[in-house]
Amino acid sequence: MTQIITPNGFTLDSSGKRIAIDPVTRIEGHLRIEVNVDSANVIRNAVSVGTMWRGLEPILKGRDPRDAWSFVQRICGVCTGVHALASVRSVEDALAIKIPANANTIRNIMHLALYVHDHLVHFYHLHALDWVDVVSALSASPKATSDLQQSLSPWPSASVGYFKDVQDRVKKLVGSGQLGPFRNGYWGHAAYKLPPEANLMAVAHYIEALNFQREIVKIQAVFGGKNPHPMWLVGGVPSAINIHGTGASGAPINVERLNLVADIADRAHTFISQVYIPDLLAIASFYREWFKYGGGLASKNLLCYGEFPTKANDDSNSSLQIPRGAILNGDLTKLHEVDLRDPSQIQEFIPHSWYNYTDAKAGLHPWDGQTELDFRLGEKTRKSGDKIEAFDEGGKYSYVKAPRWKGQAMETGPLARMVIAYASGNGRVKELVDSTLKKLDLPLSALFSTLGRTAARGLEGLWAAEQLKQEITTLQTAIKSGNEATANNEKWEPASWPREAKGVGYCEAPRGALGHWIRIKDEKIENYQCVVPTTWNASPRDAQGNIGAYEAALLGVPMANPAKPLEILRVIHSFDPCLACATHVIGPDGSELTVAKVL
Amino acid sequence: MPDNSTFYDVIRARGISRRDFLGFCTLTATYLGLGPGGAGTLAHAMQTKPRIPVLWLHGLECTCCSESFLRSGHPLAADIVMSMISLDYDDTIMAAAGDQAEAIIGDIIRDYRGAYILAVEGNIPLANDGMACIVGGRPFKHQFDEAAKHAKAIIAWGTCASSGCVQSAKPNPTRATPVHKLVNHVPVINVPGCPPIAEVMTSIISYILTYERMPELDNQLRPKMFYAQRVHDKCYRRAHFDAGQFVEHWDDDGARQGWCLYKMGCRGPTTYNACASIGWNENTSFPIRSGHGCIGCSEDGFWDRGPFYERLPGMHQWGVESNADKVAAVAATALGVAVATQLGATLVKRALHKPAPEPVVERREREPQK
Repeated sequence: MTQIITPNGFTLDSSGKRIAIDPVTRIEGHLRIEVNVDSANVIRNAVSVGTMWRGLEPILKGRDPRDAWSFVQRICGVCTGVHALASVRSVEDALAIKIPANANTIRNIMHLALYVHDHLVHFYHLHALDWVDVVSALSASPKATSDLQQSLSPWPSASVGYFKDVQDRVKKLVGSGQLGPFRNGYWGHAAYKLPPEANLMAVAHYIEALNFQREIVKIQAVFGGKNPHPMWLVGGVPSAINIHGTGASGAPINVERLNLVADIADRAHTFISQVYIPDLLAIASFYREWFKYGGGLASKNLLCYGEFPTKANDDSNSSLQIPRGAILNGDLTKLHEVDLRDPSQIQEFIPHSWYNYTDAKAGLHPWDGQTELDFRLGEKTRKSGDKIEAFDEGGKYSYVKAPRWKGQAMETGPLARMVIAYASGNGRVKELVDSTLKKLDLPLSALFSTLGRTAARGLEGLWAAEQLKQEITTLQTAIKSGNEATANNEKWEPASWPREAKGVGYCEAPRGALGHWIRIKDEKIENYQCVVPTTWNASPRDAQGNIGAYEAALLGVPMANPAKPLEILRVIHSFDPCLACATHVIGPDGSELTVAKVL
Repeated sequence: MPDNSTFYDVIRARGISRRDFLGFCTLTATYLGLGPGGAGTLAHAMQTKPRIPVLWLHGLECTCCSESFLRSGHPLAADIVMSMISLDYDDTIMAAAGDQAEAIIGDIIRDYRGAYILAVEGNIPLANDGMACIVGGRPFKHQFDEAAKHAKAIIAWGTCASSGCVQSAKPNPTRATPVHKLVNHVPVINVPGCPPIAEVMTSIISYILTYERMPELDNQLRPKMFYAQRVHDKCYRRAHFDAGQFVEHWDDDGARQGWCLYKMGCRGPTTYNACASIGWNENTSFPIRSGHGCIGCSEDGFWDRGPFYERLPGMHQWGVESNADKVAAVAATALGVAVATQLGATLVKRALHKPAPEPVVERREREPQK
């Protein structure tokens, strides 16, 4: 049987030519994509294979819950901090620890700085080369490029000489024969549509953004000491405030530190609004057909756990700036309530993942999750020597589990957040989305696409940059009114904890909905489970055959040349994959993990 | 085709002035501690040597090392990637994917046999035939073995590649194994840290290119220039340790005045790294400056030495009878602050006449590879 209709409404046809892309580059971690194309080179079947597993959750068992953030933060160094934030929230939830208002604000500042950084780096360094032909920039007119730049924004690096300089640098690089990271790129591919001037402008901004991104994360370094992997604290933040008194100069946070943070936030906002957003709109206007391709689950099911509480210790939608909720079947008029504690809502399935459960067909809520590694390849797997040529999606084929919300496959990420905020009447988000669609002369439905996802990320980057400035003001206002508290020590000592406790920590990572579920017993971690954004998006099929967001988004996408899979990269990169996040895992009983040898 | 243009040619051709180039050499030479004339030597080298190909492979990791590398301010990551080296394979930033990406490794091994640098981020899982990390349809170990065999040298970025890091913490479910345990005949430089400091990473590359030699390594294969001293040795809060002034609770008066974090579990006294001297994010801060103790992320096996908030045992900094508790106890007596301060000063003087204490942690013995 080569043609299947999935329960979630997608038609899969695996009769055509099979193509594998491994590694998918410009992502975090290791991902493989396989597709079947029909005679017109349109994708008719897609298989998302998470190809790494690190086993972090069994490592956490028996450790001090206050240390957990540092372990799980190492799940990902790109979206650094998100797992730490979810972790400290899970421990605080379990032990009923209340954090001071300033700690909430500082966490928001660190997290918003990550949004701004991560979205910017994704656009220029992980995604742009899918749309920008570096070699084509060589034939641009620097004068016309300068005119283009000045027509788009007041960004000062816009002179003819500047673009001539950039072009000369690219010329030398290409001429040297040593292209470095641009080696073997898809230059000259028929799917590249930008005029040479737009390519040259984008290449200039690729370099500028690479130089500027390191400034943004200094905000995390101020409060957390370093980036990647800043320091966090159960019960608050480690960075004590001393604005007025003796010793302020050696204190973590003083007036100079806050001035530095405010200055960086201003510059970040300028860069996002004068470079990132105009580039996004300019590029999008040349690729309008990509507002049709790559929608997949986006127009159906979206999930968001909510983020940026305005009030400390309050994760209700009255406190969250981006609301928690789910949209089903594309009905934007109804935001479904999402409860991370309800065992019937979030469940993970493993029939097509390299794990085993006591009941292999069951869906398990993370508090009761199990994971026994079971690396076993389907019987139709094709091999040649030590190399797997094609995985068998009829069997187990990924280290990523299949999480489902009330049985539904969901898409998560910036698009889900912006749409859910839009649907909930967030005024600023509505303004950003509507004005962008108007500029591009597109309907709201255009958001549910490859470029819709990319545009939503950019708009969220701008929203986050604005909000970052606002949160800094909030912190200064609190200090002005005499509140300098940053940590609550009441339940710091393990002797003050109940003998058993369980908690959940939510976080909207740049890539989407992240949850950590912890069980604590006798002052130690008894079980720890993470369900992360890329687990939702890169999910393999579930027991019913529902496909996940990546697989769904690839269907129907036409390829100009299947040997050069630029279109697949566009679709997959629009999700900003993070595979180290997706493939952690979990031995709830701490038993030794055993595997079946198959190869 | 091998390229013979030099670093200097390339950056000049890209519109960077000679003045900026020499400024870069001076700054780098200072960071490397090259002394008088160092900048001149560096400048000469960069004007006469071609760019070396670098393959940067990723095993089991979190990509924090790549992210850190991109934060380098001097030199800028863009300049080192596009001008100092030829970063022909790095799956985090490379344009090519799939077959086009994989082909590059074979091409570099063929064209630059014994002449390219292999940089490894993450480590190699051995359990289950190495199938916990699959690249190009094969175990990562196969890709790693091929690239390692013909490399001129291997740089093991970060604690993952140097000693195992978080996925090799107990019970190490994937048998994640650091680079140096799998390589024989090719020199390995360990650059630990989770991640390493950006400018430490770029300084090591520029040192190798400039002096055409490996940096001097300690018995754990770490460059002595950055890893021979403890965070504690260079910490700006060290005077508070010596004076017996400690943070006792989060956000207490000591925390607000930047006192020593030893009692909050700081691993600075047993951690060999340059955080307190070079600093993070262009010296914006380092963990202690931001109010949290060091967790020792550059030390072999640090994950299994928690809880991180439990203070290090047996810090006999001033002789076998005295420790931080006793000093603090003295400080808390009716003798008053002035006396305590005086005591602190005396202790500093005494400490100066004693040999440096041995680190508490056990050091793994290993001869540097030639």
